[in-house]
Amino acid sequence: MAGRRPIIEIRNVDKFFGDFQALNDVSLTVHAGERMVICGPSGSGKSTLLRCINRLEEPSAGRLTVDGIELTGAKETLRRVRTEVGMVFQQFNLFPHLTVLENLTLGPVRVRKISRSEAMERARKYLDRVHIPEQADKYPAELSGGQQQRVAIARSLCMEPRIMLFDEPTSALDPEMINEVLDVMVELADSGMTMICVTHEMGFARKVADTMVFMDNGEIVEKSPPDAFFSNPSSKRCRMFLDRILEH
Amino acid sequence: MAGVMDDAVVRGVGKTGAEGRQRWLRNALGQVKSRVIPVALYLIVMYLLVRVSLTGAEAMGYNWQWYRILDYLFRLTDDGFQWGEISLGLVTTLALSLQAFLIALAAGLIVALLRLSDLVVGSALAVTFLEFVRNMPLLVLLYLFYYVLGPIFGLDRYAASVLCLGVYHAALVSEIFRAGIQAVSAGQWEAARSIGLSTGQTYRFVVLPQSIRFMLPPMAGEAVHIVKSSAIVSVIAVVELTTTGRNIIADTYLSFEVWFTVAAVYLAITLTLSIFVTFLEKRYAVKT
Repeated sequence: MAGRRPIIEIRNVDKFFGDFQALNDVSLTVHAGERMVICGPSGSGKSTLLRCINRLEEPSAGRLTVDGIELTGAKETLRRVRTEVGMVFQQFNLFPHLTVLENLTLGPVRVRKISRSEAMERARKYLDRVHIPEQADKYPAELSGGQQQRVAIARSLCMEPRIMLFDEPTSALDPEMINEVLDVMVELADSGMTMICVTHEMGFARKVADTMVFMDNGEIVEKSPPDAFFSNPSSKRCRMFLDRILEH
Repeated sequence: MAGVMDDAVVRGVGKTGAEGRQRWLRNALGQVKSRVIPVALYLIVMYLLVRVSLTGAEAMGYNWQWYRILDYLFRLTDDGFQWGEISLGLVTTLALSLQAFLIALAAGLIVALLRLSDLVVGSALAVTFLEFVRNMPLLVLLYLFYYVLGPIFGLDRYAASVLCLGVYHAALVSEIFRAGIQAVSAGQWEAARSIGLSTGQTYRFVVLPQSIRFMLPPMAGEAVHIVKSSAIVSVIAVVELTTTGRNIIADTYLSFEVWFTVAAVYLAITLTLSIFVTFLEKRYAVKT
């Protein structure tokens, strides 16, 4: 990623949950336009790292800078960063009492302070982009899992963020719905969005990733371009993990 | 599903008529067991109760004068239609309860939010308030409001009553709010935060609208409760339903008729509230 400006800088971040150390001295730089895929066994700290980036978790130590803004506890910077960083969750977390359109316009109207009509227009644009324009007036419970996740992606995109975080976006989906979500993510990657995806979908990773990261026990064990990562991982732990998940 | 299948069997899909009839008989017996018997039992018990009190009253030589009660509900005189004392007392009870309930809702929400906030002082304040109010007999709290806070802040008996009931029920209402708020999943908070909503906005647009569903049934119970506990203000002579009853009895000695009437009026209010809430619950259940 030479020549591109760093957009996320993580320096020596630790995170403790009680006595359990979820992140151990993690440092990582993400550049604008970079597509990073993070994998690793469960409990390795992938999700925690992602959640530290938009401060859903507060790091116990270390520094985090997002788009030039240093993340401290201050409310104003926090809000600014969160509007620049979109997040897609494993469990979708759509607002069940609002229609799809209302889910999509809530943030833009209340946080970005754009007019309702402009927000509606924007919502319809992104619903088109995730290929479900016809579901605009339904409630989340009326949609399939794959459709709900695509609405969740559209909800994040409506904030027009510069960075998108995906926390195992396909893990809660039935197998036949995984591809419709991955397709949307590939299209998003092709559009030049900076993306960090925690996922075990290695086919997707091969297709879009610029950088592969392998985490274990709260540490970044391996970070390399996908070619090297899949053909010749330098650490033994990473090789074992890949062997296990690529067996079939 | 089971019901649909039973029907199919009863209609005799590949079954003999005798078997179908047997099924029908078993169904009918089930109905008798589950519906008819409890209702019959209830009617028998009520009949016996009324019977016993009537014969008891007769044995005491009580002279029933139900015809005089109507005058206390409403009167038709030469001046036209007039509400009676009991009806006016009912209006006061309703106004008192409504005002107290509104105070309880507002204060209860604030206490719940304080309790759930990250502010150490806030949650400590909330817990102190809760423990103080919940561990105090309502009667003592009323005396505190009327005899202590009343003179200090210049509260008349009506204001003291409304405030006392409002504060007392605020404690109970705040627990309902808290439970309802906590019933909304953590994922909703995270999603709201991730699109940049502030805590206040998250409560307003995401969490509270979802928790209404969880709160409605217990909140309705609280509304009924407040109407019932409002009777206690009769000890400081606020002229509501119960005080009116006592006053009428002091004039007329119609204690049996008046208390039966007052009880029936309370029952009518609370049952109406319950029915209204069942209706509300159904509406909300469909919407979400």
